[in-house]
Amino acid sequence: MLGGGIIKGLIETARNFLGSYHDPARFVTVQYPEQSRVHPENNRNFPFLVFDGDDPAKGLRCVACKICEKECPPQCIYIVPERDERGRPRKHPAIFDIDVSVCMSCQICVEVCPFDAIKMDQVFELSGPDRFGRLLLHKQDLAKPNDYYRAIHPSEAVAVDAQLAAERALLEAKAKTNVAPKAGGMPPAGTPAQPKYSIT
Amino acid sequence: MVDFARQPSAGRPFPPAGPNPNERYRIVSQPSENGGLQNDLLEVSMGPQHPSTHGVFRMDLVLDGETVVKLKPVFGYLHRNHEKLAENMTYLGSMPYTDRLDYFCSMTNNWAYALAVEKLAGLQVPERAEYIRIIVGELTRLQNHACLVGFLLQDLGAMGTPLMYAFREREKILDLFEALSGSRMMCNYLRFGGCRIDFPEGWLEQAKKLVAEFPRFLDEFEALVTGNEIVLARLQGIGVLSPELAINASITGPMLRASGVDYDLRKVDRYGLYDRFAFRVPLGDHGDCYDRMMMRILEMRETLTILDAALRDLPEGPILDPKSKLRGFKPKPGEAYGRIEAPKGELGFYLISDGSANPFRYRVRPPSLINLTILEDLCLGHKVADAVVILGSVDIVLGEVDR
Repeated sequence: MLGGGIIKGLIETARNFLGSYHDPARFVTVQYPEQSRVHPENNRNFPFLVFDGDDPAKGLRCVACKICEKECPPQCIYIVPERDERGRPRKHPAIFDIDVSVCMSCQICVEVCPFDAIKMDQVFELSGPDRFGRLLLHKQDLAKPNDYYRAIHPSEAVAVDAQLAAERALLEAKAKTNVAPKAGGMPPAGTPAQPKYSIT
Repeated sequence: MVDFARQPSAGRPFPPAGPNPNERYRIVSQPSENGGLQNDLLEVSMGPQHPSTHGVFRMDLVLDGETVVKLKPVFGYLHRNHEKLAENMTYLGSMPYTDRLDYFCSMTNNWAYALAVEKLAGLQVPERAEYIRIIVGELTRLQNHACLVGFLLQDLGAMGTPLMYAFREREKILDLFEALSGSRMMCNYLRFGGCRIDFPEGWLEQAKKLVAEFPRFLDEFEALVTGNEIVLARLQGIGVLSPELAINASITGPMLRASGVDYDLRKVDRYGLYDRFAFRVPLGDHGDCYDRMMMRILEMRETLTILDAALRDLPEGPILDPKSKLRGFKPKPGEAYGRIEAPKGELGFYLISDGSANPFRYRVRPPSLINLTILEDLCLGHKVADAVVILGSVDIVLGEVDR
C-alpha cells in the first residue's frame, strides 16, 4: 500500500510522544537552569590551583616550575616566579594567569604537573559582560582549597592525598636519617649543616 | 573470510537508468539571443552559511533550470593549520588537537594518531587498553552513524524528528564518554601505549545497559524511515557511485562499501585486536544514497555485536605501556603511518620523526575530504535538492575536511 511506510513511521512517532510521558528513557530533557545535571566525577572544564591550609597566598602547592606553561598546547598559562631580594626564584608563583578563553580543557597541565598543584575544575557558568578581563583568571581566582578538590573529584583526591602523605613521610624519614648520624657524633667541622633545598 | 551481508538492496529493483554519473552532463539550453533569463544557466553559490552544508562548506553550482550541470566544491573556511601546528608541538600536545579534526569522533581520531605514534616509537599496547580502545571506538561509530542518518533525513526535510531521536541516543553515549574521559566531545582520552585512565565505577554496567537497549532504538529508527515512501523516492537511484570510480577516487568507509567494494580496515589491517571479534561487513549493491544510509544502519548492528563481545571479554590488567611517558617523549628517527577504520572511512596519520620532541612532518589523511572529492561526479544531472541529499550521504565534518 502506498503510504504504508509513512503511517508506520507516524506510529513510531506517536509511540515516542506518548512514551515520553511515562518512560524516562524517552524523555531525557533537562530543564536547565531550573534543573541541572549531576556531573560525573571525571568531568573537567578549566584548571584551578590547589592550596593546602587556609591561606591561598601561602598554601599554594604550585612551585612555579613552569612545566605546565611549557606543555600547554594552546599556550594559555603564564607564570612568573616570585623572587627574593637577591633575585633568586622562590618556589612560589608571583603571577599565575590562565586565559580560559584560550584554554581548551585538554587536561595536559594536570597530567604533567609533578606536584599535584593544578587540577581540573567543573564550573561552567563563566559568562560575563567583559570579553577579556573576566576570562583571564589570575592567581587569586584560580586558588581553591583542597577540600574543594576533594568535593568535586572524591576518589581521585583520595589517591592524591595518600600519595602526597607518603611523599611527605618519606621526606621526613630522610630528614631523620640525615640528622641521626650527626647526633651520633662526627659533627662536621666548621660549617653548620645547610639543607639543600629550603621550603618556604 | 569476510562474511557478506547484502541486505540493503535485497529484493529491490535496480533504479531506472539515469544520467551516467561518469559522463559530463551535456548542456541543452543555449544562452538566448534576446538576453532572456529563461534559457540561461544560473550560477548559485550555495554556502558556506547554509544549513545543509554541514558546516562551512560552499558549493559553486551551475544550474540549468534545477539541474546541476557543474559543481565546484570550495572548502578551507575552517582551515586552522592543524598539520603545521602539530609540527611545532610535542607529540602529546597535538593529541587534544586531533579531537578537533572530526569533532563527532574524537575517540577514533585519538586512536589513529596514537597508533601512528606507537608504530613510530615501538610502544606495545596492553591487552586491556586494546579492548578499551575497541569499546570507545565502536561507541563512537554508533553515535556517528546514528547522527549521520539523522542529518541526512534532516536534509531531506524530515525536520527534527529522526535527528532528535538520534541525538537522544547520542546523548547517552556522550554521557559515557564524559564519565570516562571528562569531556563529552573533546575526549583527549588515549595516550601513546594505552589509555589515560581506567573505567570508573559503574561505567561498564552503564555501557552494557546501553548496548542492550540500543537495538530497540535501531528497530524504531528503521520502522520510522527505511520504509517511508518519501525517503525511498528521494534516496533510491540518487547519486550512484560506481565501484570503479569509488576505487579510483580512493573512497573509503561506508561510502565505498555501499558501492559493493568489500574493504574494511578492521578486516584488512586487523589493527588493535579486531581479529578476535566476529562481525560482518555489510555491502551495498547500487551505491546510491539509500545504500549509503542503510550501510550506516547495518554497521550499527554489527558494531553492537562487537561491543557486546568486547564488554563481555574485557580482561584485567594494566592500561598503559610502562615505557610510555608524558614528558620528554622523543621517538627515534623514522617514519610511520597509522590508519584505522574511522566511522567516516580510512583515517590515517603519517609522521616523520627526526628524533626531536616534535614531529618533523605530520600529515593527516582525512576520510571526509577524500570522500568529498567526487561530489561533482555524483551530483551531475541531478536536481539541486538531490545535491543536498548526496552531500548529506557522503558524511563530512568540516573540521576534518579543512583541518
